[in-house]
Amino acid sequence: MSEMWTAKLRNKWQKNLPIEKLLPDDQPAYVASWIYVFGVLTLSALAVIIFSGVILAFEGPAWYHVSHAGKFINSMHFWSVQMFFVFMVIHLWGKYWMAAWRGNRFRTWATGAIAFVASIATAFTGYLVQTNFDSQWISFEAKDGFNSMGIGAFFNVTNLGQMLLLHVAFLPLLLGVITVIHVLMVRRRGVVPPIDAEPTVSGVGR
Amino acid sequence: MSISKKEKEAFDAAPWSGATKRYDIVKEGSIAVAIVAILAIGLSLLMGSPDETPLTFKGWAVSNADNFYATAVQELAGTSGSATYGAPYNKASEGLNVGPLWLQKWAGVSHPVDTVNEFVIAPLSTQVMSTDIASALATWKAASDKQKQDWATAYDDAITKAEGKISAVPAGAYGPVPALAQGLTDMAKGGALDAALLSQGGFFQTDNTKQILFFGDGSYLDDAGTTANLQGGTWGMMNETGRYPGQAWLWLYSFWYQIPPFNNEESKPIGANADAYIMYLMGALSLGLILIPVIPGVKSLPMRIPIHRGIWRQYYAANGIKRRKK
Repeated sequence: MSEMWTAKLRNKWQKNLPIEKLLPDDQPAYVASWIYVFGVLTLSALAVIIFSGVILAFEGPAWYHVSHAGKFINSMHFWSVQMFFVFMVIHLWGKYWMAAWRGNRFRTWATGAIAFVASIATAFTGYLVQTNFDSQWISFEAKDGFNSMGIGAFFNVTNLGQMLLLHVAFLPLLLGVITVIHVLMVRRRGVVPPIDAEPTVSGVGR
Repeated sequence: MSISKKEKEAFDAAPWSGATKRYDIVKEGSIAVAIVAILAIGLSLLMGSPDETPLTFKGWAVSNADNFYATAVQELAGTSGSATYGAPYNKASEGLNVGPLWLQKWAGVSHPVDTVNEFVIAPLSTQVMSTDIASALATWKAASDKQKQDWATAYDDAITKAEGKISAVPAGAYGPVPALAQGLTDMAKGGALDAALLSQGGFFQTDNTKQILFFGDGSYLDDAGTTANLQGGTWGMMNETGRYPGQAWLWLYSFWYQIPPFNNEESKPIGANADAYIMYLMGALSLGLILIPVIPGVKSLPMRIPIHRGIWRQYYAANGIKRRKK
């Protein structure tokens, strides 16, 4: 029984991430700053991005040029992306100044940083599929950088079809998976204790 | 009293056993989503979003016929930016490099672009043309490669000497090239070139590479980019059309294009290969961001600069913990 892959996975999951850790109803008392809000705000902006993006995907990339409803949904997509990056950058800086990788949390930091880079790639393809002047300009200008690295051979920024598929399928999936891993790691390891906190200091351990 | 580095790491890694407080993670997440959604809806209603109408070949040919005409001649002569680009479109140049790394050339011609036939001859061939242009097309197709090159080069040189003013170009041995360029200009003015360049004789098509490249060979796209303040040398990478915020998160990428030697194309080897150098640089910096926890100096800054004293001020005050010297 214990040799079963399924049983091994379940046991490992239950050991490292029991439901009490996944959905906690308490948290360390030191979590008392506005900086902690920006992680959940980033995830919330991502939720609005996905919601508005799914509607845009159903209607097609040119819908928002000719429809008031399309323009509104496209605007929601645009502004939620702007908020997403503002929140994520503040979250990232906050975690840097907390040295949040302490206590065996390197992978939590690394997945967050990778999510930031993946977000830039995802947003970039979004700018390429707007089917407006911006897309024309950005694709013409951006091609040189990608071509200079040989990346243009398989990532052709002037190919609308390719960019659209990457923007609505592969890159969101990639970003989603990285984000889920990042959040699970946060839940597993917990929020990093304050710098200078020690078990021997009066009051820390209780 | 101090503990060893190892004990501190173990303490930071262990589950928190100190004071806790109630925390409703589902409620917090729901409120956050509601706040962000309300903000997004409010901003959308108040501000909308950018949507500048795309440029067209018709717009180009009508607003600056001479420039379009001269660009068509460059495509025939093989002197345009696209015709001389190199990989992934053709083998006309070596492409960019960083030291011994010629990744652009090594990646090969994956998206072949034949500016003579795909930008000029094939689109013209899709139309019912006037007798003189149809005749010019037939003459061109029947001529040898050398003859074609001689005609197109002679006319391209003459236009350059006339500083792009087509009416000022003296008569010469240009063969059918002037008629072909005029035919393409007329076709663009009528609006037929946009679709012909995209379809290339097919039905379904989602690749705009040829249109975008042709656009970039003339001054129309570049002028529009300058007017919209989108040029790379003026932080255009992080600008947006209209009154909207752009990709501000690209500030560091954009930054390198503002400083020497990256912003000087004459500077060798870096300025002349700036696109490649900056890609490597940003790749390295991105890797550095991921690896901050193991980079000496950078990983210690948060301990040395006491911003954390503000973040956890309640905890430090409640427990009487003073800052330790690092």
